[in-house]
Amino acid sequence: MTAATEVDRLVATHGSEPPALMDIARDIQAAEGCVSPERQRQIAERLDMRIAEVRAFVGFYSFLTEEPQGSIVIRLCDDVVDRMKGFDRVRDAFEEALGVSVGETTPDGAITLTTTPCIGLSDQAPAALIGDVPVPFLSSDRARDIVSSLRVHADPTRLVTRMGDGKNRHPLVRSMVRNNLERPGTFIFGPEYRGEAIRKALSMTPFEVIRTIKTARLRGRGGAGFPTGMKWEFTRVARGARKFIVCNADEGEPGTFKDRVILTELPDRVIAGMTVAGYALGAREGLFYLRGEYAYLRPYLEDVLERRRADGLLGRDILGKRGFDFDVEIRMGAGSYLCGEETALLNSCEGRPGDARDRPPFPAESGYLGFPTSVNNVETLCCVAKILEHGAATFAELGLQQSTGTKVLSVSGDCTRPGIYEVPFGTTLEAVLEMSGGEGAGAVLVGGPSGTWVNPEGFGRRIAFEDLATGGAIVVFGPDRDLLVALEGYADFFAEESCGYCTPCRVGTQLIQRYLQRFREGRADQGDLDGLLRVARTLKTTSRCGLGQTAGNPVLTTLQSFSQVLEAGLPAVGTRRAAFDLEASVAGARALRGGDHV
Amino acid sequence: MSDRVTFMLDGHRIEAYRSQTIMDAAIEAGVYIPRLCHVPGLDPWGSCRVCTVKVNGRPCAACIQPAMDGATVENDTDELNAWRRELVEMLFVGGNHFCMSCEKSGNCELQAMAYRLGVTAPTHPYLAPERDVDASHPDIMLDHNRCILCARCVRTSRDLDGKQVFGFVYRGAERRIAVDPGVRLKDSEADVTDRALDACPVGALLRKRQGFQVPVGGRAYDHEPIGATDGEAEGAPDGASDGESLEPAASAGREAS
Amino acid sequence: MSTEAGTRPRIATVSLAGCFGCHMSLLDIDERILELAELVEIHKSPIVDRKTFAARCAVGLIEGGCCNAENVETLRAFRDHCDVLVSVGDCATMGGIPALRNRVPLKECLDEAYLSGPSTVNPTGRIPDDPELPLLLDRVYPCHEVVPIDYHVPGCPPPADALWAAVQALLSGEDPVLPYALLKYD
Repeated sequence: MTAATEVDRLVATHGSEPPALMDIARDIQAAEGCVSPERQRQIAERLDMRIAEVRAFVGFYSFLTEEPQGSIVIRLCDDVVDRMKGFDRVRDAFEEALGVSVGETTPDGAITLTTTPCIGLSDQAPAALIGDVPVPFLSSDRARDIVSSLRVHADPTRLVTRMGDGKNRHPLVRSMVRNNLERPGTFIFGPEYRGEAIRKALSMTPFEVIRTIKTARLRGRGGAGFPTGMKWEFTRVARGARKFIVCNADEGEPGTFKDRVILTELPDRVIAGMTVAGYALGAREGLFYLRGEYAYLRPYLEDVLERRRADGLLGRDILGKRGFDFDVEIRMGAGSYLCGEETALLNSCEGRPGDARDRPPFPAESGYLGFPTSVNNVETLCCVAKILEHGAATFAELGLQQSTGTKVLSVSGDCTRPGIYEVPFGTTLEAVLEMSGGEGAGAVLVGGPSGTWVNPEGFGRRIAFEDLATGGAIVVFGPDRDLLVALEGYADFFAEESCGYCTPCRVGTQLIQRYLQRFREGRADQGDLDGLLRVARTLKTTSRCGLGQTAGNPVLTTLQSFSQVLEAGLPAVGTRRAAFDLEASVAGARALRGGDHV
Repeated sequence: MSDRVTFMLDGHRIEAYRSQTIMDAAIEAGVYIPRLCHVPGLDPWGSCRVCTVKVNGRPCAACIQPAMDGATVENDTDELNAWRRELVEMLFVGGNHFCMSCEKSGNCELQAMAYRLGVTAPTHPYLAPERDVDASHPDIMLDHNRCILCARCVRTSRDLDGKQVFGFVYRGAERRIAVDPGVRLKDSEADVTDRALDACPVGALLRKRQGFQVPVGGRAYDHEPIGATDGEAEGAPDGASDGESLEPAASAGREAS
Repeated sequence: MSTEAGTRPRIATVSLAGCFGCHMSLLDIDERILELAELVEIHKSPIVDRKTFAARCAVGLIEGGCCNAENVETLRAFRDHCDVLVSVGDCATMGGIPALRNRVPLKECLDEAYLSGPSTVNPTGRIPDDPELPLLLDRVYPCHEVVPIDYHVPGCPPPADALWAAVQALLSGEDPVLPYALLKYD
């Protein structure tokens, strides 16, 4: 049977163990528009997995489907920023031009139109992924052009008409995406000294390298800010026949796109950081987990790895150091915000649904396939390379006591110069707004929806772990924006991305949506505010992982900084519940009564 | 490093092995920590969150949290019971639970937990999700409307029945029990004698033609709250209280065939 | 508490989208019904057949949820005329059996009932549409989603003892807290 032969071919290419499942499933999805139950059965057989396990995997990731999709999938980014920048018009234009609604496929089976959360292009919204091709700066005209072009050539890569700046023009990238590197700092975006970081590391003992990172007081750049040196030490001392360094390139926090630019412009620096980590931790294997939305960077990153192998910067006896072997393998995501959480990411790498694991044990002790693993953010690994190059002291001089070095910010929303800003920790929000042309903002969301809403009185606050901790997303809202609309957008995001494992997150994220809908429609009363708060607090207190624990933050921090958004004009619970609308609830029956009954 | 640790649970001194969870140590000591997804004898799962306790002031699920030497653990407090009420309410409004017509009523752990916590009526909006009933199997019914996704059937089938009949599929609101290898129970290895059927705390997984056999008044939670017998389970590591027993119901299957 | 007529606290009861089972349970308090008659004046209730409120009541007991516009009007009248409103029974507290239709679109429900059901004989081919018939709501609502409800006494029906205990507590100005044996959902 030819079909089974195809799976055999993929198994030969990608491997016959469960970790190969992602690549196999992605390839089948790309070639056939779905991973059908029959394919699931074949894959399960070849990988020695249960069919239910393969189905769980396929069902979890939004880029994989059981039902056939069109040959081309248009994923419109419906993040809050895109909604601010004209998502509705673009969606309407696509729907009209294609003759289908979001969620549907054209009758000829050619094109599927769907939506997806933040794809890392908030600085060039509204944007979409068409196939793997990122398409920024959409308009209704552009939407119509795209549909006509696709109808002619059916090739998303041919939509790339004008390439972006910098390495977006690299022959292996060829992307319309712009870096918008508005303020490259002198540290992370400073000059490149290829091989230098590894050379410095190899001149020290592994423990000295860890000590250097500790002296620099480097903290994780993904947002949580765990001390990198400590994480490394735990992983170093943990016992394991193998050890792994994992680069977390799955930035999914709405409004974050810094890693996209770092991966485009400084991929060598990231891999250098991984290699240094490999040396320090005694790991020979590195995994580079690239979010599915950035699949267009994969050939380019593979090439970077290949060149480093050729130059003796990866592979065996790196830079001539006998016995220091380290190599990196790229692993793909397939549309899941939660996989940015390190334990979910590890599950994903192992060929499982990307829901979080219980901790303890921590990955440092039992990570990828149960081996000690250090998962580090893209930007953190860049910092590692630069710390080795310039010394811990130079790094620690920048920033504040508990927040050393610089931070790469992704600024988007209502500002005139959205893009990437590398600033020393301690920089005030006001300064960031000035740099990016966001003065006069009515509100700023620092750290994305799982972060903090800040009102103008708080613009003097600083970007720092001591004050406003952030993975880098800064979303600016003009004074006329309705924050309730944004809140609802973020509630949709969390409900969509919840893995559903634990009760509070699975149900609570849906309840927040229901309550906020009442607020937006002006049908809420004090009882609804009470219910909303109870849900948000339950999420924060009882959820299993970071997604659920922060999913209530938009509501909770809004109440701190913009209480009027929810409280202004909110009636007390009188003799009627505001949420119940008699006229609306009999409208259906009224229409049926008036209608033709036969 | 000693392999024994001591911690304080609501003012009681509890001894535990270093690798033991707070839940297991509490069960062994005869102290009840409310729980739905945890069953002694199965691997911890940590999904219902009803066993949320505070360890040194920090909330965490007792069923997965290892006992720490010298820790102060709060369990039966107004604050924690209020969180638990919220979680139980969420389970009710997040599914389609119609106790008045459910075969499991009176023996249902979700219902019993609501009774224990004094929930008179869930007050959050009902989500009324669209869920299916899989009645394809001649002897077993799987009603997704009532499922609380606790994975007790998943773990029991895998670890005690040695079958792996159940798994999960989809995420978020769509997450549900999946049946290996296909979609319907009748195509699976599920059998009416499976212990997995007894593991279900609610009426999601039932033997057909076995409902309403015990009259009102004689059911597990008609008179005593869930957890009331835990204090008597001292020293019994399997600590199974009424309704939690994983023993197959007597005569099940024989009558059904 | 005085037992003189006219000074006794008034209570009102109603069955909305319910089956009157909760009212039967109320009658199941047996001989205590004499005591109840001493304690309260039953004002508007199916038991006494008064159709409209003529006076303010201390306690309103609501059986059933809201499945049509008339239920909503009645419930609102109860809220307006009662100091304390109690949802009695599962239909009032969570929609109950009538709420089983909440996952089915209204049109499908009506079609099944009046046009296409396997046992349906309806030569007119019309869904009943007399203007006198109250309009159905899009779904069945528990009472607390329509008006604020002060207390809930669940059960299908609630045990007579639970109703008696709740009424007694309310008449003595206390919160009706049901003991374990009386808090039931079935």
